[in-house]
Amino acid sequence: MALLSFEKKYRVPGGTLIGRDLFDFWVGPFYVGFFGVSTIFFAALGSIMIFWGAAQQGVWNPWLISIEPPPLEYGLKMAPMKDGGLWQVITLCAIGAFGSWMLRQVEITRKLGMDYHIPFAFSFAIFAYVSLVVIRPVLMGAWAHGFPYGIFSHLDWVSYTGYQYGNFHYNPIHMLAIACFFTTTMLLALHGSLVLSAANPEKGEDAKTPDHEDTYFRDFIGYSIGTLGIHRIGLFVALSAGWWSGICIIISGPSWLMPDGESWIEWWDWWPNFFTFASIGG
Amino acid sequence: MAEYHNILTQVQVRGPAEMGLDERGIVAKERGVEPRFSSLLGYIGNAQLGPIHLGMFGTIALFLGTAWFFLTGVGMLQSVDWSWQALWRDLWWISLDPPGEEYGLGFPPIWEGGLYLIASTCLLIAVLSWWIRSYLRANELGMGKHVCWAFAAAIWLFLVIGLFRPVAMGTWSEMVPYGIFPHLDWTNYLSLNHGNLFYNPFHALSIVFLYGSALLFAMHGATILATSRMGGDRELEQIYDRGTASERAALFWRWTMGFNASMEGIHRWAWWFAILCPITGGIGILLTGTVVDDWFSWAVLHGFAIEGGLYNGPS
Repeated sequence: MALLSFEKKYRVPGGTLIGRDLFDFWVGPFYVGFFGVSTIFFAALGSIMIFWGAAQQGVWNPWLISIEPPPLEYGLKMAPMKDGGLWQVITLCAIGAFGSWMLRQVEITRKLGMDYHIPFAFSFAIFAYVSLVVIRPVLMGAWAHGFPYGIFSHLDWVSYTGYQYGNFHYNPIHMLAIACFFTTTMLLALHGSLVLSAANPEKGEDAKTPDHEDTYFRDFIGYSIGTLGIHRIGLFVALSAGWWSGICIIISGPSWLMPDGESWIEWWDWWPNFFTFASIGG
Repeated sequence: MAEYHNILTQVQVRGPAEMGLDERGIVAKERGVEPRFSSLLGYIGNAQLGPIHLGMFGTIALFLGTAWFFLTGVGMLQSVDWSWQALWRDLWWISLDPPGEEYGLGFPPIWEGGLYLIASTCLLIAVLSWWIRSYLRANELGMGKHVCWAFAAAIWLFLVIGLFRPVAMGTWSEMVPYGIFPHLDWTNYLSLNHGNLFYNPFHALSIVFLYGSALLFAMHGATILATSRMGGDRELEQIYDRGTASERAALFWRWTMGFNASMEGIHRWAWWFAILCPITGGIGILLTGTVVDDWFSWAVLHGFAIEGGLYNGPS
């Protein structure tokens, strides 16, 4: 496997969290490390379990393969393998693989003398997943509330669960999460565009500088956040999207938060009621 | 563990305001608004606010954008019998609504959608004027037009929803109401009326690019901040003359996932992911109700859904 022209001097031992130099090597372009081994273990086991489940069900259409969580009757207990236990094992494998991947990022960060922003950022993605398949099901008292592992079955779960609460668009935290997703996408477009437009100017023009970038954005919208700031705000809004996504589903369901039958549409009743209470308009 | 996290700017250096480049000696006198400084902004990025080059198209855009906002407020007020109290009480629920179906593509009376069409025209011209600015400002500086084309991708979705699809459906009533909950209800019913938009493959692609953009910005933002000690945030310099920040940033991802972009390439990935979100989304909306009436039935027909659905609640 070819090394990048500058790669050799960076391939030095050290930086591992556990295992010292036991797994401190590369396979092709990949760094291994203890957590590379544990990632492979969990990812392979989980994938095999999904294929085994598909074989059990006799479903080989990739769009329709679906591994269901246990039925409600098992509550938070372990379920038999063919009755949701498979889903539980796959969930454990997924969390194991994601966590290993994050810790592997920590090791690579240390090896390259970088700071820990990347594994920190990845932890928000893990949180969003865990909020769906562990935190909310535990708060609601049954693994049955997790989502099924399938391409279109998980979309059906999203539809079903959304309409359980009237109309999920009325969930204020869901609004916030979507606003963050849209904003980070817009910021990404603007940032990518600005850098490309400076590095790829019109024919015959010299390559441009950060001064051109600042001038362009000040001319355009009256403000340029700058080369460092755009990465801070982009990272912050992207992580906010993941964070509020997790929060918006955690607060939808647990009975101490949402008594049965309550919908997010009715949640907003406090707003006009406040006006009536304060006697400002009837 | 005394690391260099670079979350906020620790020391804000403040010199005279940057008034912007003016290589052809034309635009400096056209810039307005005395620059000011905000320490709060300075914690995250540049503290300087302004100047701005508004020009003719900026003025048109601001004027007509404000007109759209004002007319929407007028329509909302009219819907609550001109009561200011009711406007605030019902603010989340009320809207300026498009014409009824019976008017087709005709022009209805003012309080039955006419005002809505006037407001929409203001918004359309405002958005297009702002888009022209995105081109002119880049051209003035001799820069590429990447912002302009990315903005055009967003405008494509805007035009599909507010113009192309209503025309294809033969009625302005397909347009989106201007209100907070009403526009969410519109989204909801578009999906319900056409058999669940989740089964629209272009909607699926659009969401992939939306989530993908959040993922890419998290990866890219984190990578740049994590290498900022080595000057990773000086991206243009790193593109023209690669330094150790770029090398480490690239190797991080190569060692993590077996693949890496270059300092320039990551911005191409970013640009394509972000613009494909509204481009694929626009295609999906344009096909909805025009070419495909029921996405769920369509999915059953093409073998990626089954009658009765794949999930009907916890068993």
